[in-house]
Order: sequence, then structure tokens, then C-alpha cells
Amino acid sequence: MIKARIKKQLFTAQGKTNLEVDIEIKKGEFATIFGKSGTGKTTILRMLAGLVDPEEGFIQVDDEVWFDSRSKINLPPQKRQIGFVFENYALFPNMTVRQNLEFALPHNKKKTDFADELLYMAGLEEFADRRPTELSGGQKQRVALIRAIARQSKVFLFDEPLSALDAETRLRIQDEILQIYRRFGTTTILVSHDLPEVFKLSRFVFVLEEGRIIRCGKPADVFIEGKLNGDFTFTAEIVDIQKPRNMAIVRIENRLVQITPTAEDMGRLNIGDKIIVTAKQLSYSFKKKEDEQ
Amino acid sequence: MGYDLRPFFLTFKLAFITAGILFIAGIPLAYWLAFTKNRMRYFVETLVSMPLVLPSTVIGFYLLVIFSPRYYVGNLLETVFNARVVFTFTGLVIGSVIYSLPFMVNPIKSALQNFPVSLIEASYTLGKSKAATLLHIILPNIKPALFTGIAMTFAHTVGEFGVVLMIGGSIPGETRVASIAVYGETEALNFSAANFYSIILIVVSFSMLMLLSLANRKKQGFNG
Repeated sequence: MIKARIKKQLFTAQGKTNLEVDIEIKKGEFATIFGKSGTGKTTILRMLAGLVDPEEGFIQVDDEVWFDSRSKINLPPQKRQIGFVFENYALFPNMTVRQNLEFALPHNKKKTDFADELLYMAGLEEFADRRPTELSGGQKQRVALIRAIARQSKVFLFDEPLSALDAETRLRIQDEILQIYRRFGTTTILVSHDLPEVFKLSRFVFVLEEGRIIRCGKPADVFIEGKLNGDFTFTAEIVDIQKPRNMAIVRIENRLVQITPTAEDMGRLNIGDKIIVTAKQLSYSFKKKEDEQ
Repeated sequence: MGYDLRPFFLTFKLAFITAGILFIAGIPLAYWLAFTKNRMRYFVETLVSMPLVLPSTVIGFYLLVIFSPRYYVGNLLETVFNARVVFTFTGLVIGSVIYSLPFMVNPIKSALQNFPVSLIEASYTLGKSKAATLLHIILPNIKPALFTGIAMTFAHTVGEFGVVLMIGGSIPGETRVASIAVYGETEALNFSAANFYSIILIVVSFSMLMLLSLANRKKQGFNG
């Protein structure tokens, strides 16, 4: 069980925000902190790890208090038993893959056996004696993952571990993260801004906006608004209006779409307006993407 | 040839000892300067860099004053420990260490300041202490800077003149290093001897610096 009630002022590109969150995560849960960049997701993770100090608050994991601003308890990261995975991998360039793992193993563990097991699990046996610079991005992040496991920690903290990888590698490592989670059952907190990733991996999600948690719960409850009832709503931006042809070009996400507003709507709309488009009575037909090729 | 070779022996002995002491003392000092948030660091940083701009005779002069048996520190050393610093090899070492301090500390400090924080943090999250992180992660990854520090200190000590002359004098076999021998022989109009010492110093200094740039040729950047 992780309990964290933390406050800290953040200085982001968007200006000052007050990060103020109160989270509780059950033992063995896979939870995600989801939100745009600059909202404080990573800072929360770093405060849990002890890499950043909250201004005020309380962090408890199982029966151990890691941080308490009132009684001035602040365990250093070394004593928090966490497996932290960084966005930029943070592998030690002076060590081979195996040495990176062995460095992470606690002293009492029979070293090579467990390192071998982890290498096998990640399919990295043949890369054991290579340096990090000789690995691809996906391989590096696999090493970072098993290095975090080697630490034998109470909590895994994943800071956008897959955001630097291409889509295909990303999907594959997501599966591996799930396997690792199922096998070790370690409480895991993932920071991500990728909705499909959150859906696929986590069982509980905190949605962070401007330093506050605005919603939390199971991903399906949090993200799917209402049932699919035949209406679709999009947020769009008007890019161009062509009055004579009674038509407007709008941008939805990154695609340009042509719409035909009524004459009345046409008079109200201006280029640059943000609008909500509702399409009624859609009939669905699906085609698998591979079939097109 | 018949030239006195002791000045070279002294020069290299001095350079080895100075580089050795500074290597051991320079790493903790550079670490402190790179990572502390203490405001004193600006003061210490400036102090460390002073030998870069001060005439070496100024440093030599004050060392001479401080360690002179006629004043407090020198007197204390002489009466309590029966040790003398001025006009001895020990004095040369003290003077050289102070004079070459920035050449060891500055390259290590800037390597530490540019060191990727995430590697240090990763080591901490893996349960490793600051000392273990320094030893196993930081130092092995800043080898070029360490090597630069050692080589520059060594070369700079070989090329030292003012401090050494002030605090050491020119006692043959004791404090008469190669640079001073060049000066002494010139004054005595022994140009061939001065030439001999000078050429060897040029060759040694050139080789050291050349070796340094060859060694640091390929070791740039981190992409862990």
C-alpha cells in the first residue's frame, strides 16, 4: 500500500503551478499517472523515489514512512527500495549489460544466477557482454527494466519509459512489462501521456491536470464517457471557410476534414474558432488496417 | 656530456608527487565545488583559480613568509616538529601543489558539472551510496578529465619557475629543478648547459601534451 499526500510548487514552461496530490495505491496494483507534459507527473514519481523533496506532505509505503514533513523524516533514495526506470534509460556506459545488472543486485543475492535469469527473461543473453552504446533503444530500455527488477524493490516507478521508442518496439515492450508485472506482482506506478498505453497496462489511473488529480479509477470508467450511442463528438479548429461553396475546412487532431455547415452556422463561424462537431446517426463499418495493404 | 642530471630527477620527482597529491585532493574538492549549494563555493572557486592569474612570485613570496622560521607557522613547524619548509624539497611540493591546483580541479569540476544527473540518480535508486556512485559510476565515466588533470598538473609542474625559485632557492640536489638550472646556467653564461636543459624540457612538455590530445581524441559524450 502506498499513501502519498504531497505538495510542491512547480516551475514549468507554462508558469507556476501548485502540485497538490493525495494518492493511495493498493499493494500489487498497476497504477498510472496520466496527464499532459508539464502537469507534474514526473515530479510526483521523483518525490516518491526521494529524488525531489516535497515542500510538505507524507509518503508511506506498507508500514514504512518514507517522508513526513512534520516529523522531518526523509529517507534517501538509497533506502527506499524502488526500481526506477528513466525515460532516457540511464544505463551506466562504463559497464556491460551484465555489469549493469550485477551493480543493481543486493549484496546478499547469489549474483550471476539471477542476472542470467533476468537476461534470459528479456531475451538479452547474447548482448550480456555489450556496452549500452552498442544497443538499440528498445534493448536499452529492456536492460533498464530488468536492472530495476534486479534491485528487488517494493515498488517499480516507470517514468515514461517507452516514449522515446518507435511504435512497434513500444507495443512489444508494453507486453513485456505486463509479463514482468504478472510474474513479480510488484506494485507499479507508470507515468505516461499515451492513452492507449494507459489502457493496455494499468488497472488504476490518476488523471493529473495542472498539478491536481481531477479523476481517478479504472481506465474504462475514467476515460470512456457514456456509451457509444451513434453520436460522435469531435473538438475541431476551423482552418478555412469557403462561403461561396458553403463549406469549411476543420482540423480534427492532425487531419483536415471538410464539413458543410448550415447557412446560419456559416455566418457565426470564423477562421481559428474552436468548435465542437457532433455527427449524428453514424453507421459503423470496420476494416482491419492490415487489409488495406 | 658531463651535465648534472639531478635537476631532471628533481623535476620529475616533484611533478609525480605534485600530480599524485593533487589527484587525491583534487577529486573531493572538485566534487564539492560541482555539487554543493553552499555559497562559499564562489569564494573557494575563485581562490582555486587564483594561481592562473597571479604571478608565481607572489605565491612564492607569501609561502616564504608563512613558512619562514621567523614567523608563526614556520616557527611552530620548526620547534614542534623540527621540520623546515623553506629551501627544502617539501617546500617545493607545497608550492607546486598550490600553484597547480586549478589545473587538476578545473577539468574535473567541469566534467562533474556536465555529468548526466540521471546516471547519478539511477545509482542512488539502486541503493548505492554517494561514495560508491563516485567510485563506480562517476569516475570511470570521466576518465578523460582525470587524465587531463593529471597530465596538465604534471606538465605545469615541470614548467614551473617562480614559486620554486622563491621557496626553494637553487640548492643543487635539493631544490634546483630543471627550470631553475636553465636560469642558473644562463646567468653563469654556460649556454650549452642551458640549451641542454631547455631542449629536454621542450621535448618532454611537447610529448606530454601530444599524448594528452591523442588520448582524449575519441572520448567525447555520453549516450548510455
